[in-house]
Amino acid sequence: MTQNYRLDNIGLINRDKKISFKFNGVTYFGYEGDTLASALLANGVHLIGRSFKYHRPRGFFGAGVDEPYAIVQLYRNNETEPNVKATEQELFEGLEATSVNCWPSVNFDIGAINNLLKIFLPAGFYYKTFMWPKSFWYKVYEPFIRKAAGLGVASIEHDKERYEHKYEYCDLLIAGSGPSGLASAYAAAKNGARVILAEDKPRFGGTLLTSEVNIGNRTGKEWAENIISELKEMPNVIVKNRSQVFGYYDHNMLVMSEKLSDHLPKTKKYNPKQRLWYIRAKEVLISSGSIERPLVFGNNDTPGVMLSSAAKEYLKVYGVLVGKKPLIFTNNDSGYETAIEFKKNGVDPIILDTRKEPKSEIIDEAKKLDIQIKFSYVVVAAKGYKKVKSAEVAKISDNKNELGTVENINCDCICVSGFWTPTIHLASQSGNKTTFNKDIDAFVPGLSKQNETTLGAANGTFTLEETLKKSFESGYELSKKITNNDNKTSSPTVMEKKSTTHDKFWCVPLPKGKTYKRFLDFQNDVAVSDVEIALKEGYRSIEHVKRYTTLGMATDQGKTSNLNGLQLVSNIENKIVPEVGHTTFRPPYTPVTIGAIVGREIGKHSKPTRKSPMHSWHEKNNAVFVDAGIWVRPRYYKIGEETLFEGSKREAKNVRTNVGVCDVTTLGKIDIKGPDAAELLNRVYTNAWLKLPIGKARYGVMLREDGIVMDDGTTTRISENHYHMTTTTAQAANILSHLEYYLQLVWPELNVNVVSTTEQWAGAAIAGPKSRNLLQKLFPNIDASNEGLPFMGYLETDLFGVHARIFRISFSGELAYEVNVESDNGNFMWEKIMEVGQEFKIQPYGTEALSTLRIEMGHIAGSELDGRTIPYDNSLEGLVSKKKDFIGKRSLDRKAFIAEDRQKVVGVVPIDKKTSIPEGSHLVKDAMAPIPNPKLGYISASCWSVEYDNPFSLGILKDGKNMIGQKLFAMSPLKNKTIPVEIVSSHYVDPKGERVRS
Amino acid sequence: MLHIKCPHCGMRSQNEFSYGGDATVKRPELNKEVSDQDWDNFVYNRKSLRGKHKELWQHISGCRQWIKVERDTATHEIFKTVKANEDI
Repeated sequence: MTQNYRLDNIGLINRDKKISFKFNGVTYFGYEGDTLASALLANGVHLIGRSFKYHRPRGFFGAGVDEPYAIVQLYRNNETEPNVKATEQELFEGLEATSVNCWPSVNFDIGAINNLLKIFLPAGFYYKTFMWPKSFWYKVYEPFIRKAAGLGVASIEHDKERYEHKYEYCDLLIAGSGPSGLASAYAAAKNGARVILAEDKPRFGGTLLTSEVNIGNRTGKEWAENIISELKEMPNVIVKNRSQVFGYYDHNMLVMSEKLSDHLPKTKKYNPKQRLWYIRAKEVLISSGSIERPLVFGNNDTPGVMLSSAAKEYLKVYGVLVGKKPLIFTNNDSGYETAIEFKKNGVDPIILDTRKEPKSEIIDEAKKLDIQIKFSYVVVAAKGYKKVKSAEVAKISDNKNELGTVENINCDCICVSGFWTPTIHLASQSGNKTTFNKDIDAFVPGLSKQNETTLGAANGTFTLEETLKKSFESGYELSKKITNNDNKTSSPTVMEKKSTTHDKFWCVPLPKGKTYKRFLDFQNDVAVSDVEIALKEGYRSIEHVKRYTTLGMATDQGKTSNLNGLQLVSNIENKIVPEVGHTTFRPPYTPVTIGAIVGREIGKHSKPTRKSPMHSWHEKNNAVFVDAGIWVRPRYYKIGEETLFEGSKREAKNVRTNVGVCDVTTLGKIDIKGPDAAELLNRVYTNAWLKLPIGKARYGVMLREDGIVMDDGTTTRISENHYHMTTTTAQAANILSHLEYYLQLVWPELNVNVVSTTEQWAGAAIAGPKSRNLLQKLFPNIDASNEGLPFMGYLETDLFGVHARIFRISFSGELAYEVNVESDNGNFMWEKIMEVGQEFKIQPYGTEALSTLRIEMGHIAGSELDGRTIPYDNSLEGLVSKKKDFIGKRSLDRKAFIAEDRQKVVGVVPIDKKTSIPEGSHLVKDAMAPIPNPKLGYISASCWSVEYDNPFSLGILKDGKNMIGQKLFAMSPLKNKTIPVEIVSSHYVDPKGERVRS
Repeated sequence: MLHIKCPHCGMRSQNEFSYGGDATVKRPELNKEVSDQDWDNFVYNRKSLRGKHKELWQHISGCRQWIKVERDTATHEIFKTVKANEDI
């Protein structure tokens, strides 16, 4: 294919570098610096997709972010990305793209039958049609809609690209590098401010790249290039292209998406594909420019109908003619600029101007160039299906209501200009109260809420001279406020052609007897008739009209459609636009990839991974790991082909018969010091703490103020004013915060310090009948007898020269000790325990055996302390002091908490002694009772009792106290199981607790 | 993201802090009779105010100090931040 629509001597593309690419399987050529859109247009390709609802052919409408149609599926480096705008996607060698929303092909699309059925697809069609019959929704309607809806296909492959987040602070963030952005950035940078200048396109300069102006005796483009290269050299300035500031959040935080690699065939090694910048700016200058408004007429969605500014950009930036017989349809002077560019490049345009006899310098120039101009003329309808072939035009009466005789003009494109809409999205997101400017028929920023200033076209200023003057001033004034410097840059002289006022007319009436669709929202296929229906049906609020018709709800967020929609509503309602109001602008201004939002926090990076100092030993010894909160813990140590069930059973049994060792480093540890430490403990725990002797540990339970159990653990008195608290692994961080809350805010008079020491100590639990023998061998200098180190005793000693703390505490219910050494010595301790323990048949055990041991002992843990239980429920009422006050005590008087039939922890055994009960099963009286079967309780934890060799579970059961011996059913609808069970004591093994004291 | 001035560390982003609720709620004193209504008010009853709100934050990924913040719940404007032991 040859580039028949490419001009030789104009444009900013690099003609030395030819690039081949594929669209819908056909190979084309473009140049470096092209977008996919400009390269396709150079090849005369105008049909790019199908519309969302009616599947009407779609071409190109814009040349940048405002594009509503040209959405493609992109293929790059063996990955695919949906919803890519062809007008933004830069061309690279080997690019492949396909049309979306059409099947089997863009040229022959079966969905286009919707276009013939369009009379049946009016506004609110989905709401009205798919409601009845109700049963049809899941089977018929939803699958059909799902298949028909959506633009493109998301990849189901893992995204191999890297995305980064960056935090930045600056004095001034400037969004947009058009004339106002460049001028204000320059003035502020020269005055010493730290400036970030962001441009969403690859090229800096905005409209200066396409307009015929002179600044300080240079062309606008040259001036822009000079300013940019000077800014790039300044150390206090960050200049970023391909970077869209898409969101303005609280406290002057803005978020910018930088595309570093999307324009390359492949991301460079070690580079991210995209980078998300969180920028905290002292001041923000919004120089985001404006977007041309469409004029509305019949079939104005036909490929070949496009914004006149886009046609000019394709010509001047890419050297591409969007047509060779252009018709320019305008209500203002901007259309003339496009016409003049066509004429200068050897193409004869025809201008249709809705105005009667306007006069201005630009119009004079067009006349001088012999461009054919028809005043008081409108396009009634575009003709042609997949491409504009001609236009029906007519003279329009002075009151704009009557059309004259319809004539036909041959043309291959219709460039429309309905004047300009300032891009106020960022200002509005910041909380700015926008106001309606009658002179330009559009909203402009009003009273600022945050430190934001809008300049240039985004503020409704459409002359270059005024824009530059104000921008140089603003850049200087704002930077002066921050830097206190006084280096003022003066505004250069400007030469530009003066234009005259625009015509408020924007929507062409239908000729008698014609029913042309006149589109407002091009991406969501919302026509004038749809808005008329919505209003007829009683929708008044613009927010409701928007949702009912979907006007402005497409991925382009109504950049070209919102204002025309508002004008239409106000015309029909006989209101003025500001009374109708506008819908809310929400970030992001343009779509942002999920990858960029997530950044590097994916997979294993989504949270920190904590490993104990003994982790490498576990790895070497075939540990199978499990995530326990942010920790990675051995679940069991696999021998041969052992399953989890077999392995954990072996480990647990070895603890009951010999001795086992478990890595308990993950337990939360808090160091508590100060003269009032005992008083603090006495207030946070439910039991008494004032008389705990030095060298003793005590088990304690903490409540929240609402009486619910928050955590449990042991705290040991190390010395007079020094305590060592342990918490459950999961609650460690919360408990520290909890203690800090009470110490800093509620009881600041308590002289206590708390600090987390979880990572400072490595812990090993040695449990089993032979643990004393092992301990004595490990620590020959201590008296390990029951008298020398009794249950809940504590002592400090050394382990082969390493400082160690020994606590005689037990979670397994066996005679047990917990040894702590400083983390660096953890591995040494572990290896010594294994080495010395060999003669006692020691085996390491993981979390699964740990659970088994505690469950059959009836020791409660996280699954019982689930945020719904009080001490009584966990049979901990013996630990609740009646004499003293503590956190949450007052709540325990609540009626429900003292009810006679209050829930309580129980043991649950299957009657067949074989079937394991799934955790979460409901306990019910009658398995056959109709749904919803009244629930008496639930299974909180299940294990295989190694003591009795049958399944055993813990449950929280209503009136559990009086239910021992009862026969119930455990039902798990999830696992489809109903198991007859007997309720027994929760203390299944060693109910008197003799072993721990032996 | 809010920008909060920690009275100990200076201006920091919101993601270093954790929210701690109404700063005007006072815990009833220990070992004193508390009526059901007063206890309910302390534990459960909170107003969802529009406008100026005195609230607690903890600089959890910073100095770990609890601080008091006066913030407008509608506009997020922050008027004042003080240390835990100061009145707001």
